[in-house]
Amino acid sequence: MSDHEYTPKSKFGKWFNDRLPLLTLASHLTDYPTPKNLNYWWTFGGILTFCLLTQIITGLVLAMHYIAHADMAFDSVEHIMRDVNYGWLIRYIHANGASMFFLAVYIHIFRSLFYGSYKSPREVIWIIGIIIYLLMMAAAFLGYVLPWGQMSFWGATVITNLFSAIPLVGEGIVTWLWGGYSVDNPTLTRFFTLHYLIPFLILGLVVLHIWALHVPGNNNPVGIDIQKPSKDTVPFHPYIVIKDGFALLMFMIVFAFFVFYTPNILGHADNYIEANPLVTPAHIVPEWYLLPFYAILRSVPDKLLGVIAMLSAILILAALPWLDTSKIRSAVFRPLYRQFYWILVADVLILGYVGAMPAEGLYLLIARVATAYYFIHFLVILPILGFKEKTLPVPLSITEPVLGGSPNLAGARIKNKKNL
Amino acid sequence: MKNFFKIIILSLIIMCGYKSAYSAEKVEYLKTHWSFKGLFGKFDRASLQRGYQVYTEVCSSCHSMKYLSYRNLAEDGGPEFSIDQAKAIAASFEVKDGPNSDGDMFTRPGKLSDKFVMPYDNVKAAQAANGGAYPPDMSVLVKARGGGVDYIYSLLQGYEEPPAGMKLDDGVYYNKYMYGNKIKMSNQLSDGLVEYGDGTTATVEQMSKDVTTFLMWAAEPHLESRHRMGFKAIIYLIILTVLVYFSMKKIWSGIETKI
Repeated sequence: MSDHEYTPKSKFGKWFNDRLPLLTLASHLTDYPTPKNLNYWWTFGGILTFCLLTQIITGLVLAMHYIAHADMAFDSVEHIMRDVNYGWLIRYIHANGASMFFLAVYIHIFRSLFYGSYKSPREVIWIIGIIIYLLMMAAAFLGYVLPWGQMSFWGATVITNLFSAIPLVGEGIVTWLWGGYSVDNPTLTRFFTLHYLIPFLILGLVVLHIWALHVPGNNNPVGIDIQKPSKDTVPFHPYIVIKDGFALLMFMIVFAFFVFYTPNILGHADNYIEANPLVTPAHIVPEWYLLPFYAILRSVPDKLLGVIAMLSAILILAALPWLDTSKIRSAVFRPLYRQFYWILVADVLILGYVGAMPAEGLYLLIARVATAYYFIHFLVILPILGFKEKTLPVPLSITEPVLGGSPNLAGARIKNKKNL
Repeated sequence: MKNFFKIIILSLIIMCGYKSAYSAEKVEYLKTHWSFKGLFGKFDRASLQRGYQVYTEVCSSCHSMKYLSYRNLAEDGGPEFSIDQAKAIAASFEVKDGPNSDGDMFTRPGKLSDKFVMPYDNVKAAQAANGGAYPPDMSVLVKARGGGVDYIYSLLQGYEEPPAGMKLDDGVYYNKYMYGNKIKMSNQLSDGLVEYGDGTTATVEQMSKDVTTFLMWAAEPHLESRHRMGFKAIIYLIILTVLVYFSMKKIWSGIETKI
């Protein structure tokens, strides 16, 4: 984005920078022009980076004490909780950190949906984001298996069994994934290996995500391009750094409350029972952040189609920049889209709720309707809306709504003050 | 900013709502006051010591506690027996050790570093002695049951005559708090079953409370330091947040955007 030339002051700095322009990069990052009208929904990118690093650092410490063996995994987790210095703290941060990570990523994704951040020219940022989200789900699932409790074991069994839906080779693939004929020690050791690997893949993708962001620059609540960088933007440092820091601290207060006062509320009690292949828990449920997709999976009567529906529910997001035909980015100026947006939010929440309930009777019916609506939103409503919707007049520049008094904006302002 | 708070609070409600949706079967558990709940919750030391007594004299004949060691009994935040008391407790158990230099196994009195002695050699032996039901290890039992301490507390007092028409097999008992109401453990507590050293009357209610408190500590031995540290951490974060807020206001004061 910023093409300005940077010359280090010191001689050594110049010598080094000519060979590896790290200082130019640092200068770019500090000066990076950021729209000055970003609201707090934009702070979740920074929060997510914090979450990732927290998971990696606590995970490293846990891995020093954890034993990936079917006979010892559960014991080693208890060893961490009891005898490792502050092991309980590290483990509770890591376990609750996963939930916090997903809480933040869902806000981040829905922010993007509201303000149309996935639209041209930011499609690549968006698609990298979807890949990160997929990897996060994989990492979370694999990590949940490691304590080798009942939910770990049976969750692993249910999820890996999904691959058996693949025609002809399905059973073979499942055996290959397990490294045997059931979820057992070989499964645990490979899950541990992959759980250790994936966060670093995510870290690499996060770098690409941010790099891709720095090419067109941030979207913003008004959803229009920057007209005059000098008027519409502020340098990343100190303006955005302090604001992100403030939001991060508030997030950390919530995080700390979970870790210190209700560390087990987001987990399932059954996972404190050591894995037992002979006893199936009454209800096998995934962690809360996977429930909407679990509901979609179960709402389809056919196993293979269910798996396809679940995967498409995520992958459809990657096609979103082309499914949404509207030229206007921000929902602030799209009165109809805004309503459909909130219906989608409600739809996903409903899916999450029925995902936690037994798949029968009314719950199943609700799950089916909600699943159908989810796909209709992306495949029917969004493409048509772009052509049919009468959008509100968009301001001429970012500065305009900030200063107020734009004739162009008067209509939109009254209704949408809070979204700007 | 207001929106920001709203959505955070909303998401938390949703997250916890999902959580409570898990536990579909809602049973009203017996209520009592737990000293270890709340922001500054601490264990009642005397209750922990009595609870240990109930565990040793009653529960431990069938239920193991494999993750606890005798040294834990003297550690901060636990029953806090003195070191000598804990040593005496450990020494009152026979521990299998070995092999010695002759290659033989031998028994010796327990030491602080030993794990709690298990009632049975293995799960199969435990099942064989209990009509096929394995008495679960109690180290993390409180965390492994949906209702937590309230559930355990209620279960111990939940034995009743089965309702008319319900047929119970041999070795199966009716308990109104048990999932499915059928339990393979018979009623273990009766008034005056143990004799408390501190003069507390050993009612069923009292013993249930004491032993449940003990089980809570066993499952969360660092609960007190967690609460202490949590309070400090959150106060620290709040102060820092306020400072950062005003710094942010100052930095942004030159920019017309509201923050």
